[in-house]
Amino acid sequence: MITTSTTLGESSESVSDRSVIFADNYLNKLSGEKIEHECRRRIETGCRELELNFANTEIVNSIGISILLGVIDTASNKGARVVFSEVNDETVELFEMLGLTNHVVIE
Amino acid sequence: MAEHSNKLIHAFGALAELGQEITNKNNFQETIRTSLHLISGALGIMRGSVARYSRFGHELNMLAVRGLGDDFPLSLSLCSEDERQFLTNGLNPIEIAHAKALPFFQVYDASFERRNLQLFLPLVVRDEIVGALFLGEKATGEAYTSYEKEIICAMGQHIGVAISQRNLMAEIERHAEQNRKMFDDMRSTYHDTVKAFAAAIDCKDKYTEGHSVRVGRFSEIIASELGWGGDEVEGAAVAGYLHDVGKLTVERKIINAPYRINAKESAELNKHPSVGFEILQPIHHPFTDVPLAAKYHHERLDGRGYPDGLFDREIPFIAKIVNLADSFDAMTTDRPYKARRPAKDVIDDLQRNAGKQFAPELVTSFLGGMLKELSGENRDKRFRRLLGREYMEAEGIAEKLRYTLNEMAPTTPMTYVAAAASVGEFQIH
Ligand SMILES: [Fe+2]
Ligand SMILES: [Fe+2]
Repeated sequence: MITTSTTLGESSESVSDRSVIFADNYLNKLSGEKIEHECRRRIETGCRELELNFANTEIVNSIGISILLGVIDTASNKGARVVFSEVNDETVELFEMLGLTNHVVIE
Repeated sequence: MAEHSNKLIHAFGALAELGQEITNKNNFQETIRTSLHLISGALGIMRGSVARYSRFGHELNMLAVRGLGDDFPLSLSLCSEDERQFLTNGLNPIEIAHAKALPFFQVYDASFERRNLQLFLPLVVRDEIVGALFLGEKATGEAYTSYEKEIICAMGQHIGVAISQRNLMAEIERHAEQNRKMFDDMRSTYHDTVKAFAAAIDCKDKYTEGHSVRVGRFSEIIASELGWGGDEVEGAAVAGYLHDVGKLTVERKIINAPYRINAKESAELNKHPSVGFEILQPIHHPFTDVPLAAKYHHERLDGRGYPDGLFDREIPFIAKIVNLADSFDAMTTDRPYKARRPAKDVIDDLQRNAGKQFAPELVTSFLGGMLKELSGENRDKRFRRLLGREYMEAEGIAEKLRYTLNEMAPTTPMTYVAAAASVGEFQIH
C-alpha cells in the first residue's frame, strides 16, 4: 500500500511501515527543521524505518548535517532505523567523515 | 591527511556562514538557533545548547537546545566560585569529565552525564561571561581533537559577541526608556510648579480667581488652533499661566481695589509685566519664551500698550497670544465694578480691536476654535469648561461667529459682499 502526502512541499510517501521523506534542498536552511519535525512525527506515530531520499539534494551544508543528526538522535531514542538513499558520492564522503554513517544505513 | 583537510574545509565553511549569519542582523533567537546548527553540523556533534548568562540572576538560561531531552534544566545557576573560575579560564573549552571539582559540574553532574555532554565553553567577551556552549558527543564517537576545540573557540567567540551586542542593545533601549521617563517626570514637575505659581498669583486677587489658569488654557487653545506642535502648545499654556507673576509684588489692596484705581496705583500695577520678566528670566523654560510673554502681554499692535509701547512687529508672537487670552478672560469674567459681557459683545469687541490691540490671525484662530466646539467639530468642550455651558450656549453665538469669521477672512470677494449685504451695511473701504 502506498500513500502520498505533500505536507512540507517536499514529497513524501509511506510504504508499509517504512516512511520515505525527500530531503530536497531544504537541508541547507533553517526551514529544514521542518523535515526534522516531520521525521519525529512519523517515528512517534509508530514508523520503525525512516528513509531519507537525497535524489534531489545536491549539497548538504552544516545546517543540513545538524538537522540529520537530530533525526538520527530521535530515531535511536525510539529504536527506529534510518536509511539514507540515493546520496551522491561527495555527500557520502561528508557523512563518513562526520560519523553519520556510524548511525545510518546508506542504500 | 586528505580527510583532515576536508574536515577543515567543511568546518571553515560553517565558520564563514556563522560570521555571515551574525552580521546579518536577523532575529536574535534565530541567529542563535542557526549558530547551534552550524557548530553541530561543522563537527558532527550529536547534541548541545547555547545559553545566555544573566549577570543579575547568576544563571545560564538556554537560548537554543538540540537533543538534550525534556528533562534537561533550562536554567543553570552559577556560584561566585564558578564565575571566578570561568572568567580565569576565558573562552576555552572545558572537558566536563575533568572538571568535577567545580561546584557547577557537581550540581549538574547527573544531567550532563545522562545526555553525555563532553565540552563546556564559557563565552567570555571583554572579561565578562555572556553565555556558554554545552556540547555532546561527536557522531564518530571519537574524542574532540585540539583543532576541533580551536574551531569551537572561534565559533564560540562569534556567538559570544552576538550575545554581548544583543545585551548592549537591550541596555541602550533600557537607558533610553529611563531617560524618557525621567524627562516625563521632570516635565510634570515643571508643570506642577507652574500651576502652583499660577494658583499663588490668583490667590492674591480675590476677584479674578482662576484668572492665570484660564489665561493659560485660552493661550493653549489659540496655539493649538494655530496648528502648533504639542511642545509649543504646552509652552503657550505655561506663558499664560505665568503672565501675571509680577503681580506677586504688587500690593494686595491695589490688585483687590473694588473701584477704578487712581493714577499712582495704576503706575504701581503697570510695573507687573517688567517685574514678571525679572522673576522669570533666570528660569530656563523649555518650550517658549515665557519671560517675554510676561513682559509684553499688555502691549498693543497700535503701540498704545505698556510697558514699552511696542508696535505690531516688535511684539513677540507669544505675547500677542497671551494678550488675547488675557483680554478675553477679563471680558468674560465678572469684576467688582463690572459684570461679564455677553459672548456676542465679546466677539464684536475682538473683531473691532483686531489690528488695533489684537493680531487678526489670532482672533480668527481663536473664534474659529470656539465655532468648532459649538458646531460639534471639536468635542473637547474646552470653552464650555472655562466659560460655563449656559454662557456658551446662549442663542445665536454660532451664527455670530460664522458671520464674524466670514467678515474677517472672506474666502472670495463675493462672500464678503454676501456677508455684508445680509446685515444691510454694505460698504467698500
Ligand atoms: Fe497682566
Ligand atoms: Fe492678566
